[in-house]
Amino acid sequence: MSFLPKPKFRHPAIETNDLGFSHRDYEGAISTLCAGCGHDSISAAIIKAVYELSLPPHRIAKLSGIGCSSKTPTYFLGASHGFNSVHGRMPSVLTGANLANRDLIYLGVSGDGDSASIGIGQFAHSMRRGVNMVYIVENNGVYGLTKGQFSATSDKGSKNKRGVVNTDSPIDMVSMAIELGATFVARSFSGDKGQLVPLIKAAIEHKGAAFIDCISPCVAFNNHEGSTKSFDYVRAHNAALNALDFITPRAPITAEYGEGESEIVKLHDGSQIMLRKIDASHNVHDRGAAMAAIHKHKAAGEIVTGLLYIDEEPVDLHAHLGTVDAPLNTLNAPELSPGQAILDRLNAALR
Amino acid sequence: MTPTEIADPNYFHKVVDCQWACPAHTPVPEYIRLIAAGRYSDAYMINWKSNVFPGILGRTCDRPCEPACRRGRIEEQPVAICRLKRVAADYKDDVTARMPQRAAKSNGKRIACIGAGPASMTVARDLAPLGYEITIFDRDPLSGGMMRSQIPKFRLPESVIDEEMGYILNLGIDFRGGTNIDSLKKILGEGYDAVFVGTGAPRGRDLDDLPGRKEGAANIHLGIDWLSSIAFGHIDKIGERVIVLGGGNTAMDCCRSARRLGGKDVKVIVRSGFEEMKASPWEKEDAMHEGIPIMNFLVPKEFTHKNGKLTGVVFEKVAAQYDDKGRRRLVNAGEPDIHIECDDVLMAVGQENSFPWIERDLGIDFDKWDMPVVDHTTMQSTRAGVFFGGDAAFGPKNIIWAVAHGHEAAVSIHKYCIGEDVKDRPPPHTTLVSQKMGIHEWSYDNKIEIDKRFKVPMKDAEIALKDIKVEVELGFDPNLAFKEAQRCLNCDVQTVFADNLCIECDACVDICPVDCITFTENGDEDDLRTRLSAPASNKTQDLYVSGTLKTGRIMAKDEDVCLHCGFCAERCPTGAWDMQRFTLEMTHAEGACQSRA
Repeated sequence: MSFLPKPKFRHPAIETNDLGFSHRDYEGAISTLCAGCGHDSISAAIIKAVYELSLPPHRIAKLSGIGCSSKTPTYFLGASHGFNSVHGRMPSVLTGANLANRDLIYLGVSGDGDSASIGIGQFAHSMRRGVNMVYIVENNGVYGLTKGQFSATSDKGSKNKRGVVNTDSPIDMVSMAIELGATFVARSFSGDKGQLVPLIKAAIEHKGAAFIDCISPCVAFNNHEGSTKSFDYVRAHNAALNALDFITPRAPITAEYGEGESEIVKLHDGSQIMLRKIDASHNVHDRGAAMAAIHKHKAAGEIVTGLLYIDEEPVDLHAHLGTVDAPLNTLNAPELSPGQAILDRLNAALR
Repeated sequence: MTPTEIADPNYFHKVVDCQWACPAHTPVPEYIRLIAAGRYSDAYMINWKSNVFPGILGRTCDRPCEPACRRGRIEEQPVAICRLKRVAADYKDDVTARMPQRAAKSNGKRIACIGAGPASMTVARDLAPLGYEITIFDRDPLSGGMMRSQIPKFRLPESVIDEEMGYILNLGIDFRGGTNIDSLKKILGEGYDAVFVGTGAPRGRDLDDLPGRKEGAANIHLGIDWLSSIAFGHIDKIGERVIVLGGGNTAMDCCRSARRLGGKDVKVIVRSGFEEMKASPWEKEDAMHEGIPIMNFLVPKEFTHKNGKLTGVVFEKVAAQYDDKGRRRLVNAGEPDIHIECDDVLMAVGQENSFPWIERDLGIDFDKWDMPVVDHTTMQSTRAGVFFGGDAAFGPKNIIWAVAHGHEAAVSIHKYCIGEDVKDRPPPHTTLVSQKMGIHEWSYDNKIEIDKRFKVPMKDAEIALKDIKVEVELGFDPNLAFKEAQRCLNCDVQTVFADNLCIECDACVDICPVDCITFTENGDEDDLRTRLSAPASNKTQDLYVSGTLKTGRIMAKDEDVCLHCGFCAERCPTGAWDMQRFTLEMTHAEGACQSRA
């Protein structure tokens, strides 16, 4: 943990994106989390993804609940909108914000306590409604802020720091998200930015409910022998289904891939995901196949990572509700008070 | 790449750019921290140990450390290292009690030093406390050599020279001023155990073949001789219109001295372009600040005279032309020559070595440029027991090089006198100690801020130009000194990486403000340099590479713009990164031949 502000000096040859910003322009305040926390790596991955997509920081809203993970929005995108809500209530605040202003990019940051325990209902309903957002769970399998009790995602049989074995069954967040109708579901690892950054970029560009379960070792309370969320355990049991490159409409594809090893997934805005298949049998467009893959690897004692499921034609909450196209704060008197004739017609329809 | 060998003293030494660049390897960040802490006497003693003349060098050093300073790579201007050294000298307490004691008894060995400049005085300082009987000869009545005779008093007050010569002469040195040595054979015949030649480059180059040189002789002066005459009080005025020929630091001293002795219209005229002038940029600046124009691309052709008196100089206008190898040639610019009127000319067009007093049958070889053949490490000539140093060894350099030569020669002389091999050099003494004081607390100030270099206050030009003995620079006051000292990045506090402790959590990569840390697959250096978080294009700065980590990758850190802020170590959960203070102390004669207990 550091108290000093990060020096303002930058590398003299630092690169900038299309907006003229360097990755350091997307930073927030210095993190007060424990040194080495996986959450800080996820913050850095979010910074990298947003920087690489050249997104203007003021078009992003970051929302969170309570917990170590929910503190992190302070540590990235310092120039973006932020809302630190009540414990487990991030999804409903995000849903409301999204309904009011559909033009912003919504980034929900939560943890396993915030989303799998106190906020599990909120999590479930935001997934079923198809809120257009990126929902990241920084999953360390432990209540770090209260000194290391098992959380709802702790694996059965894993040991806490004092050697006590967890006897409860874990909640598997990705299975739930797929089951509940999320249209972009992935799992990754804070220690693998090569996989995580393109996943975050693709999730941001996905116009529907995008969910990323990111395993994030708690260096203080869950990085020991016997833990199933430690750096060593995750690295040893990581079964990546695929690796991906995210390609914006402007950047041409430069890498070459062999037949059957890769697949291009086109997104709504013209950008593409170049999917390099590690497990050639996995079909990312098939909910059932995704569920099967998760179960198969789980049974083999492996942690399945990568892009698990994607629906390329997502339908989001606004489409379900038939809301107005413009953000509510741009509506003026003529739109809000359309006149007697329209009111009469509305009243007639309700008689 | 193979893992970096940090046990090699050179690796971390190179990271301390200033210390590495200093010929005497002065531990710069160490004394700057002491200045910031107000411990001026301690800072002075650290300097005194390695560079012998902190007060003098703090005003006159050529500062090889400053262009090397890391601050200059991340901000425009390096730390004002040289002027901070002066602060230590200006504000120290009486340090006489901390100086080495006169040797209790002689060790029976007698050493002759010829010339009393910085090289000889360093030899004397290193050897006298060990019991050597040192005799120093100089043609001038006082010790100090060119520091006293050539550097004007408005840059270096006499009191500073007297003080720092005094510390050495007080060690029981037999100083014989006003003694011109005209035969080395005679000295060798006097039974000295070793002889050190530190006679400098005492002859100014002349332009004898220019027409009018003889006729105008009364008003044409050799720069260094003229400066020396001022220093010893033989000259106190000059004509109103003065031309200084030459573009080195001596030319700058000449023109500024002329301004103080009655010169009203003083010009510096150089053959080369302004940018290629040999003078240090700050010395050119100081001259121009005193209203002295510098005219370039003018080659002197003729001295004009009338009735046996100099009237001016004719110059040919030239332009620089470069051949395909990039070598410069000055060619006629195709413009008419110009005549510039003047009353006096000062020639500062170079200095030469001169050894008419060394007989050529003594076994001391001279090369085709008539320079003695001297070993670059041992400073020994081809005759055992005769050593050279300073400008006398390899031609004109500067004071700090002379000091470095003096230290090395003293080691050699000591080894020679006790019958050891002079080629067997003592290694420097190094230490590496963690600076961790708490979870996020270090023994040094690691709050790095953007801070522009502070200017040294100057005396009002009008007052300064009236008296040649008034020092122009006032030096930093303690308050400014503290602020300037805080700009130092503490490069001697090293980022030390222990690969067996690393869990590859990326915390250091994420926090590093200048993106100098990368975890990646190993490769050769050229390949690795292209694959780092930020381009590592400065090949003069090393990559620090770890052994293979658990995931099969390595850690590669580009030392180039590392701020030594310690954030990598603060964010490291396992202590794989640590901030450790590296000290390197050159071994001088005193410690050269006994083990350090």
